[in-house]
Amino acid sequence: MNPIWTIAKKELSSYFDSLIAYILLVAFLGFSGLFTWILGADIFLRKQADLLVFFGVAQWTLFFFIPALTMRQLAEERKTGTIELLMTKAVTERQIVLGKWLSCFLMVCLALLFTLPYYLTVANIGKIDHGATISGYLGLLLLSGAYISIGLFASSLTNNQIVAFLLALFIGIFFQFVFGILASGSSGWLGEILDGLSLSNHFDSVSRGVIDTKDLIYFFSLIIIGTLLAERNLQKAR
Amino acid sequence: MDIKINNLGKSYGLQKAVDNISFEVKTGEILGFLGPNGAGKSTTMKMITGYLEPDAGSIEIGGSTNLDISTKKRIGYLPENNPLYLDMPVMDYLDYCASLQGMGWEQIPTRVREMVKVCGLNVEKHKKIGELSKGFRQRVGLAQAMIHDPEILILDEPTTGLDPNQIVEIRELIKKLGREKTVILSTHILPEVEATCDRILIINRGQIVADGTPTTLRKQAQGQQVLRIRIEEGEVDNIFEKLRALTSVAAVDILEKEQNRFEVQSQPEVFSNRDIFKMCVKNGWILSEMIPLEASLEDIFRGLTVN
Repeated sequence: MNPIWTIAKKELSSYFDSLIAYILLVAFLGFSGLFTWILGADIFLRKQADLLVFFGVAQWTLFFFIPALTMRQLAEERKTGTIELLMTKAVTERQIVLGKWLSCFLMVCLALLFTLPYYLTVANIGKIDHGATISGYLGLLLLSGAYISIGLFASSLTNNQIVAFLLALFIGIFFQFVFGILASGSSGWLGEILDGLSLSNHFDSVSRGVIDTKDLIYFFSLIIIGTLLAERNLQKAR
Repeated sequence: MDIKINNLGKSYGLQKAVDNISFEVKTGEILGFLGPNGAGKSTTMKMITGYLEPDAGSIEIGGSTNLDISTKKRIGYLPENNPLYLDMPVMDYLDYCASLQGMGWEQIPTRVREMVKVCGLNVEKHKKIGELSKGFRQRVGLAQAMIHDPEILILDEPTTGLDPNQIVEIRELIKKLGREKTVILSTHILPEVEATCDRILIINRGQIVADGTPTTLRKQAQGQQVLRIRIEEGEVDNIFEKLRALTSVAAVDILEKEQNRFEVQSQPEVFSNRDIFKMCVKNGWILSEMIPLEASLEDIFRGLTVN
């Protein structure tokens, strides 16, 4: 079996064994459901059958949900010393990082799978744009992939889970809105660069149903850079 | 598979943990690593297993200096302090380790069952590792190191936390494995090296201070023969003088005056047993005790590592 899959499977089952999975799933579905259907309420007032409200809410719940998933991944292995076992097995650092990335990504997929009833509900109420909705889910997956990479990078820097969690949020905040705010305050090439760095900008365009290669390149580069940095940190510890 | 270490070095900041170490281990040999805490034993082992990168020198495993995946597959490693995933059941953990070592899924279940049996884990196999006692955790650690039947076993303090019966069992196991494999183990427990190892390597402050079989090391440290004797029926001073007069004797100490006990050191490369016996016969004394004093491994160890 491929070691990436072996590691991902082990991490997934340890999420479920330790209740983390259930707590996070309930929290994710609770918050996104609450703000989509009850507190936000405008999903019924849009006069349009779409899930844009949900995508906006999920973007924020995932923003908090993902660092909670990633924080333990490498930090805990370092703290308990099991990283030594893992790194002396017949696996590379890249396979370790990718295995852990995959386990978090599958957790997010599972969480999003549970929101499919939202889709079905709205599709029943009115004429939903299927393409745009699928594109919105794709946007959430891409955004999650990027935040998982950031989270793993944060987790590779420390052996304290709380530090890893806060660090991931701190880095995430820049992509989530600081770059966007700075961009609106600057002009010229600086504004353009900051605008291009803002994750929510790219997410917004994907979630509206516009899949541009620019956005795909952006998300994939974040994923690759994050995992590469995490891998480098593992190597550096040797 | 042979392991060849050439001029290996590793520093943590300014402190040299391993300082220019070279040695060789052959297949079928059990090498015991001895040394005080912080001597560099674990660091050396970590470098051999690829967890740490050496600052200098090279490690050659089976003729290859490049520690790639195929070489890693041939190494089984039990790290110091035996880190484990405490929330995993024993069987799942062994499955996971076997799979990470690249074993095919069809061989894993049989191999896991075999290791559970060999390491005496049968009663505890469905418990979570965190629920096990220290001794059982150590067995799990050993089981994961040996799960893929590696040609090289690196065991960092394999018998800590085990009770005397388990220690004997594990020693027997290591000895058995050592016949076909290359084993390096580190320990503080000196009788353990004597019981299991073919060769001893004592390191202190990152350098090798002794290398050899337990017997040769003992001989080296011993130098001259020392005998503890008791002679009955003679005058203490008289015996003392006569002992000193023997040509093969270098020095005599009176241990207990009333009991006529002496400690006799022979001249280098000479044994004085026969001379002492003859002397007693000639004088009509009775030689009731003669004990050759062997330098124990403890003495050798202390002599080499206490500065």
